[in-house]
Amino acid sequence: MEFKDYYKVMGVARDATEAQIKQAYRRLARKYHPDVSKEKDAEARFKELGEAYEVLKTPEKRAAYDQLGTGPRPGEEFRPPPDWGSGFEFSGPGRGAGDGHGDYSDFFESLFGAARGGARGRREFSQDHHAKVMLDLEATLQGGARTFSLRIPDLDAEGRLVTKERVLNVQVPKGILPGQTIRLAGQGAGAEGSAGDLYIEVEFQPHALYRVDGRNLYLDLPVAPWEAALGASVKTPTPGGAVDLKIPAASHAGTTLRLKGRGIPAATPGDLYVVLQIALPAASDEKAKSAYRALADALPFDPRANLGV
Amino acid sequence: MSGEIVDQYTILSIEDLSRVCAVDREYIVALVEEGVLNVVAVEAAGWRFSGTAIRRARTALRLQRDLEINLPGVALALELLEEIAALRRALEVSRP
Repeated sequence: MEFKDYYKVMGVARDATEAQIKQAYRRLARKYHPDVSKEKDAEARFKELGEAYEVLKTPEKRAAYDQLGTGPRPGEEFRPPPDWGSGFEFSGPGRGAGDGHGDYSDFFESLFGAARGGARGRREFSQDHHAKVMLDLEATLQGGARTFSLRIPDLDAEGRLVTKERVLNVQVPKGILPGQTIRLAGQGAGAEGSAGDLYIEVEFQPHALYRVDGRNLYLDLPVAPWEAALGASVKTPTPGGAVDLKIPAASHAGTTLRLKGRGIPAATPGDLYVVLQIALPAASDEKAKSAYRALADALPFDPRANLGV
Repeated sequence: MSGEIVDQYTILSIEDLSRVCAVDREYIVALVEEGVLNVVAVEAAGWRFSGTAIRRARTALRLQRDLEINLPGVALALELLEEIAALRRALEVSRP
């Protein structure tokens, strides 16, 4: 099992005062709180931090932890010493960090035991379960089955909180938006017939082509300078398949064309906005260079006319 | 298995909301008084909330519990977080 250096996690010295530990916790908790943080590994960091704080803020646990020293040498496995915990009295591991009630590391649980349900201000244990998943955009555009692997807190036979992995095949409702929730009735905790519900909050993975704003989608469409200037009909991807899109003459970079109803489905579906980008052909050979020179000779064009130079 | 979407059109009673979020009724009342949660309708049977209240209430609970901030602080944090999310969306959409 991996030894956890709680002092390192909290960024404090081994002789830090209680006040310093509390201060470090507050600062790091604000930085890594999953509801606030945009850091990639915020959730894992926040859990680790909650666990470290749980140990270091409790004098008995901290004293016992300090007796372990700085852990095994690199590459060596950690094992709790045989006389572990003698002479110390722990008042249980207390409340879990974040949403991961009971989701302590093996290291923590081998030393202090597993968490028990019932943190302050909360009911003993909820029959309704919550989870969060990342969806691909296609799931909301077309609907369809997706398999989710969820980590859900549950009580074991002895009433301890444990995290169970649950694999579910869920029919994703067409038109669901980021931040919305899918309710699966009767899939929470409890006996069949009286079980609570499972709430799955969804977020979208970034899509290679489309950006999402509410029910509307945005697509950047590269066009050639002559297509923008003269107008053209060009093949354009849309969620429902490729279409021929008419580019009006005298379009420019940033011109936005709306394809009504081709966004995320609903009674009033969203729209697809196509934002034009002018792509320039490379002047990589003599033929291309002479074409550019011919254009320069033919057009009295000053792109900086409005800059006063 | 298939579920249903919980969104702004889903109607919840205060009992539904407190059960789903695993908090006391009093906590929901406090969130309403602080302006964190909106009551969408008042019926004879009591307050009615929309489905979006679940996420707000749960976020408020986590912030309060994990960061040890009081309710006015939670309300402020939620407003700022929503503003940041809206700015990020706008930035994302205008990204060429």
